[in-house]
Amino acid sequence: MGSRSSHAAIPDADSIRRETGFSQASLLRLHHRFRALDRNKKGYLSRMDLQQIGALAVNPLGDRIIESFFPDGSQQVDFPGFVRVLAHFRPVEDEDTETQDPKKPEPLNSRRNKLHYAFQLYDLDRDGKISRHEMLQVSRKREQEM
Amino acid sequence: MALQMFVTFSPWNCLLLLVALECSEASSDLNESANSTAQYAPNAWFAAASSEPDERISVFELDYDYVQIPYEVTLWILLASLAKIGFHLYRRLPGLMPESCLLILVGALVGAIIFGTDHKSPPVMDSSIYFLYLLPPIVLEGGYFMPTRPFFENIGSILWWAVLGALINALGIGLSLYFICQVKAFGLGDVNLLQNLLFGSLISAVDPVAVLAVFEEARVNEQLYMIIFGEALLNDGITVVLYNMLIAFTKMHKFEDIEPVDILAGCARFIIVGLGGISFGIVFGFISAFITRFTQNISAIEPLIVFMFSYLSYLAAETLYLSGILAITACAVTMKKYVEENVSQTSYTTIKYFMKMLSSVSETLIFIFMGVSTVGKNHEWNWAFICFTLAFCQIWRAISVFALFYISNQFRTLPFSIKDQCIIFYSGVRGAGSFSLAFLLPLSLFPRKKMFVTATLVVIYFTAFIQGITIGPLVRYLDVKKTNKKESINEELHIRLMDHLKAGIEDVCGHWSHYQVRDKFKKFDHKYLRKILIRKNLPKSSIVSLYKKLEMKQAIEMVETGILSSTAFSIPHQAQRIQGIKRLSPEDVESIRDILTSNMYQVRQRTLSYNKYNLKPQTSEKQAKEILIRRQNTLRESMRKGHSLPWGKPAGTKNIRYLSFPYGNPQSAGRDTRAAEFSEDDSSDPGSPSIMFSALSLIGSLQKQEAQEIIPMKSLHRGRKAFNSGYQRNTRQEEYLGGVRRVALRPKPLFHAVDEEGESGGESEGKASLVEVQSRWTTDRGHGRDHNRSHSPLLQKK
Repeated sequence: MGSRSSHAAIPDADSIRRETGFSQASLLRLHHRFRALDRNKKGYLSRMDLQQIGALAVNPLGDRIIESFFPDGSQQVDFPGFVRVLAHFRPVEDEDTETQDPKKPEPLNSRRNKLHYAFQLYDLDRDGKISRHEMLQVSRKREQEM
Repeated sequence: MALQMFVTFSPWNCLLLLVALECSEASSDLNESANSTAQYAPNAWFAAASSEPDERISVFELDYDYVQIPYEVTLWILLASLAKIGFHLYRRLPGLMPESCLLILVGALVGAIIFGTDHKSPPVMDSSIYFLYLLPPIVLEGGYFMPTRPFFENIGSILWWAVLGALINALGIGLSLYFICQVKAFGLGDVNLLQNLLFGSLISAVDPVAVLAVFEEARVNEQLYMIIFGEALLNDGITVVLYNMLIAFTKMHKFEDIEPVDILAGCARFIIVGLGGISFGIVFGFISAFITRFTQNISAIEPLIVFMFSYLSYLAAETLYLSGILAITACAVTMKKYVEENVSQTSYTTIKYFMKMLSSVSETLIFIFMGVSTVGKNHEWNWAFICFTLAFCQIWRAISVFALFYISNQFRTLPFSIKDQCIIFYSGVRGAGSFSLAFLLPLSLFPRKKMFVTATLVVIYFTAFIQGITIGPLVRYLDVKKTNKKESINEELHIRLMDHLKAGIEDVCGHWSHYQVRDKFKKFDHKYLRKILIRKNLPKSSIVSLYKKLEMKQAIEMVETGILSSTAFSIPHQAQRIQGIKRLSPEDVESIRDILTSNMYQVRQRTLSYNKYNLKPQTSEKQAKEILIRRQNTLRESMRKGHSLPWGKPAGTKNIRYLSFPYGNPQSAGRDTRAAEFSEDDSSDPGSPSIMFSALSLIGSLQKQEAQEIIPMKSLHRGRKAFNSGYQRNTRQEEYLGGVRRVALRPKPLFHAVDEEGESGGESEGKASLVEVQSRWTTDRGHGRDHNRSHSPLLQKK
């Protein structure tokens, strides 16, 4: 499908695919989206680029979602990082769990990693724990919605 | 109480109507018998004793023949409408059976009365009336309200299933019945192959009206709904084509004369008919969209244009023996997008409601007529034929569903499960379409027409009643995965969290459009079509006008009272008091749950439920309005609550600073005029039409390093691409907050307009897409307040 389009070749496509498990078509589409979001053609996304997605801005979780794309406090996310976060949302493939090589790292869309991602949404200061204050913040978000 | 009274009232009403009908029929009989010679001489009903009625002026006259046809038709329609009202009022009934069943029953009732009084029913149904007047409104409504995006996303599966399914069903049923007819014992030897094929084609037609009525109660998910709806819509066209083709074949009399050439010609004709119809529809759609561009001063004729052009497309296609149904559907789909942006708000509403009304009337008439002809003398009951017809309908539908979907599932990203396929199989409800086609069989070619009609009626009754009644429970039974236990509030909150997360990630991915073709079409659409078909300088959209109204109201309030008073959104406050670890009693839990469900921001959902009789506004528009109102509300509340800003700075300090400025209306008026100015400036910009916007500050955003202002607005002109370089306005958030005085807004707003549509190609969809406008604080958040004041009002073009 997408191979006819005039994309620049995705750098490190194979390693990204191995790591995230996306198909070639999905990867191409995500790359297209990445480049569409990257307005000034910088090659990476900053927070501002993500904030300009309209519907995200009215989403009560929008800021946290954007934060999750920038691990370790960096200010930019490149394409592999972008895809890595989105890979959490691939459907879980249960049949792999038995045959999985225990030495290989878990696929990014395993249940454990999904949980980890969700944990990050609550854990704002990234200390690995959800404090009571953070929990209250989440509840307050519900208030703010109302 | 009152409900029950009303329910009893409406049967009384029905009875009254029936009595009136009988009276009129009786009187017409009397008329006919008493006045056989003079057709139009009024009969002296209560004449004074006079031996020569012709020479005296009679005091009271009755002439029923004059009004008979419109009178009875109107009575039927009214009767059906009253029955529908009663049906919906009695709450349990819609859950039991679909509305089409009710209509059929009412029709049968009317038919029984007519039969009983030996009254000659007015000829509502003959070939030309059905095809020219009764069918187009129904198809138009179906096409107009069809949700286009899911339709086009699933278009491959829908076409595959509709076309091939109809063909397989028609041919299968026809052939099997032919073999049955060969069996001498049933006495059906004189029904030849062509007749059987024809019968097969008309009996395999799934009726959109009946199907949709059935699925109203049984909520299914979007994909499934689209497949079923698409099939119903498309196979009307296919069936009619097949029918006409086979009638033409039948007219050629001898079976042996039909050569392979004819069959090939038939197939080619099939394709031409379909494509021709669609292209006619598209052409007419574009023409009407173009014309509506110029109608801003005579908005009263806008609905007229819409309807006339759709009808014209139907008629034009029928002239050339192309598929009028496909033409009118294509016209509606094409027209909808552009017309909705061009016409005024009231015309838009008029069009929608009038369309629904017309289709409702048509559907009613068809069903009633079906009921009327049930009770009559023109039946021929043949056990074998009827039973086998029923059996074969089900068998062949099952075969076609499972076989075709097995194949198409290989190519879909979201395959249909077996349960879905069972539901699709079960949704094969025949309706008035088949009946009409059977009724219109030419008797000369079909000596056994009555048998066909009877069989058709039996199938329709069977599927409509039995399948219609049981499909609701079936769907619920198949969906038994959903647990019914009540979730705790904690679970509910977190589930909503996850929903928001999912919606957010979907937005990051831009997940709706993943077809290149579609993106390309959208780009083409923006570049060329919209420029031609959509008028410039659109008047304010509903959202902007709503916003303006709110702003005006707020400003006036401020001036009058000096403080803002909140509107009736006080219920959420109760929820905010819930803190701490105290245990909540069950009543509290219930009330919290109610508050939550009634007040929370609606997450965008994938599964939609479609209701035929209530027009729901488009979800995104509704969402936009909701966001708008909620932001306004939180704004007012936080001002009222004493400015407890989440970031901790007391806003009281703000007030003092600005006390020296004069306050009052001019500011709000000023902002609006500024908005107007901008729009005019904008229009001077070559090629970029004006936008109307207003600034709306956002309070509810927490934990942001930079405050953002979201300004929901309707994207009026999406023809412009990168509006990054547009106007910048800065609305001071605190000033707006802390400003008891509107004056606080005196620095000109600065924001950064982004046209999401143009840039990322299909980000937000739908006719009311939000163009989110964000503003940037250029100063550091933590200590920012003071610098902000020194920000000079900016009005820059980058």
